[in-house]
Amino acid sequence: MFMEQLSNGIALGSIYALTAIGFTMVYGIIRLINFAHGDIYMIGAFLTLTGITLLNMHLVMAFLFGMAGAALFGILIAKLAYSPIFKAPRINIFLSAIGTAIFLENFAMLIWGPETQAFPDVIQNNVYTFLGFRASTLQLVILGTTILLVTVLTYVVQYTKIGRAMRCTSQDMDAARLMGINTNRVVYITFALGSSLGAAAGALVGMYYKAVFPMMGFVPGLKAFIAAVIGGIGSIPGAMLGGIIMGVSESLGAAYISSGYRDAIAFIILIAIILIKPSGLLGKAVKEKV
Amino acid sequence: MVNLFIVIKNLTIYTLILFLSIKLLSKGFDYTAKKLSRANKHTKAAALFISAIAIFAWPFLFADYPYILRTSIIVLLYIVLALSLNFVLGFAGQLSMGHAAFYAVGAYTTALLTVNLKVSFWLAFAASAVIAGLFGLLLGIPTLRLKGDYLAITTIGFGEILRLVLINWTSFTRGPAGIPGIPSPKLFGLTINSNTGYFYLILALAVFTVFISYRLLNSRLGRGLIAVRDDEIAAEAMGINSTYLKILAFVLGAVIAGMAGSFFSTFVHYVNPDNFNYMESVVILTMVVLGGVGSIPGVILGAAVLSILPEALRDIATYRYAIYGILLVMMMIIRPQGMIGKSSFKGGVRHENTKSKKNHKSLWRAVGS
Repeated sequence: MFMEQLSNGIALGSIYALTAIGFTMVYGIIRLINFAHGDIYMIGAFLTLTGITLLNMHLVMAFLFGMAGAALFGILIAKLAYSPIFKAPRINIFLSAIGTAIFLENFAMLIWGPETQAFPDVIQNNVYTFLGFRASTLQLVILGTTILLVTVLTYVVQYTKIGRAMRCTSQDMDAARLMGINTNRVVYITFALGSSLGAAAGALVGMYYKAVFPMMGFVPGLKAFIAAVIGGIGSIPGAMLGGIIMGVSESLGAAYISSGYRDAIAFIILIAIILIKPSGLLGKAVKEKV
Repeated sequence: MVNLFIVIKNLTIYTLILFLSIKLLSKGFDYTAKKLSRANKHTKAAALFISAIAIFAWPFLFADYPYILRTSIIVLLYIVLALSLNFVLGFAGQLSMGHAAFYAVGAYTTALLTVNLKVSFWLAFAASAVIAGLFGLLLGIPTLRLKGDYLAITTIGFGEILRLVLINWTSFTRGPAGIPGIPSPKLFGLTINSNTGYFYLILALAVFTVFISYRLLNSRLGRGLIAVRDDEIAAEAMGINSTYLKILAFVLGAVIAGMAGSFFSTFVHYVNPDNFNYMESVVILTMVVLGGVGSIPGVILGAAVLSILPEALRDIATYRYAIYGILLVMMMIIRPQGMIGKSSFKGGVRHENTKSKKNHKSLWRAVGS
């Protein structure tokens, strides 16, 4: 029982981690809580499903199709909803993000219908036992995909030119612009990268629970934020760590406390973290300047 | 795929209509506000008097149209709710997104007390206000440490936790099935069960809320709150106890939302956790933002428009929330200060420039750097 819940929690946690990384990247660059991120996750799941069922794509192709489509959505959102009010106070961008989230949920409802759609069995699911640790094929696929994507992301952020530009922009956007970095381009690329990671998480969740529906992104979007806050918002390894902590504690909590309060556990962790260490586990505390 | 094109076509049309109406309405409101601010005292008093009589005679004018009367009751209910959020968002500058939770606390307190313990409505009404206020205090405490985005997410979390408790604590709240059979209030031996009676009840609550809003705005406490909103550090340096004031705003907002919840439960005779979900909080928030954060006439107008809009959009009900989303984004881009912003009444209309930073300054500070 414990081992089962643990592997379940790690699979869930890696999905949260993927979502949280996209979240934290966008926050790191423009200090915006991208409320629409959870809905990008939903769009990714729907696009992958459409790729498999309607367009008869291979699983990997459909997965990439979902990620690319969601990246496009991310850029469009940044362009239409955020960039016109980029310089406005943050409450305005925040409300614009909420508006975008509501719009995307209902847009998906209009196109794909409000009912839950079944995700076809695309992977043969076997259960493996190793030293008392039980894991299913799907869980291993989720973990493997997450590790692969995070490795690629780390490479992009640490070793490429655009990655360096992203790190500069997140430290100080104005200074980065003075150094000749095209910060607009950096923002769009960040949105594209973050959205495609979110979409990957959505597609994996769709496969794992075999269900895709328009409201599926709302709670994971909030949980991704919580995971990012736990790890220290703006920090990519922090988001990874936060995601895993959230996934495991949620699985164990649902198993040993009460499954009805599954979603409440995340918020309780959030409130505890914010009250005890607001900068997060791996974050830096920033003093407010007058 | 055909579906996709139809949806996109319809959405484009609605977006265009929305864009034009926002532009036109904002011009209209600016013009009216300018005229009003220049009108003399007597004209203002006369206008106020006429509208007061019109509102008071409203149930008699529409006595034969229960649909209109019911819609007006809902409009007034949302005016109360939006004004109660305005205490927190408009006066104290704290972005609270779990306002439906206080509404839920009020509704459930009344429901549980009147159905299970057979307490009279008026007592339950008072208890709802007190208990919602206690919850406001509970939520007010974390706001001491949180700002802006963090506060918003924490309040969402609070709302969700409360909703989950309402769903899961079946022995106490009957879970998702809800509580039916909430009795109508009795006043001097008369049972208020007609739409007219409910209209006057909620009208009284709305007038009370508007009165409190104006009194607070012009009082020492209100000035202190506005100072905290504009710049907390400077306000503290001036000797204002910002902690106390912020909690006060939360408690006040919660108490009034609890009263509204109490009214709601006796009006529809049934409560259920789905009435108080996250969307409800967002709808209330949208009303405040659409009307103009901190501006009392604006908030009233925003609440009225957004509670009539769903009725008007009944024919395109599937597009309703999609339009809501677009509306929120467009408002933020086109007219971030709301339909009737605070500046509209201060003679600043002529020099108004929505793109300048001046208009945003107060909110900018409010939500933190």
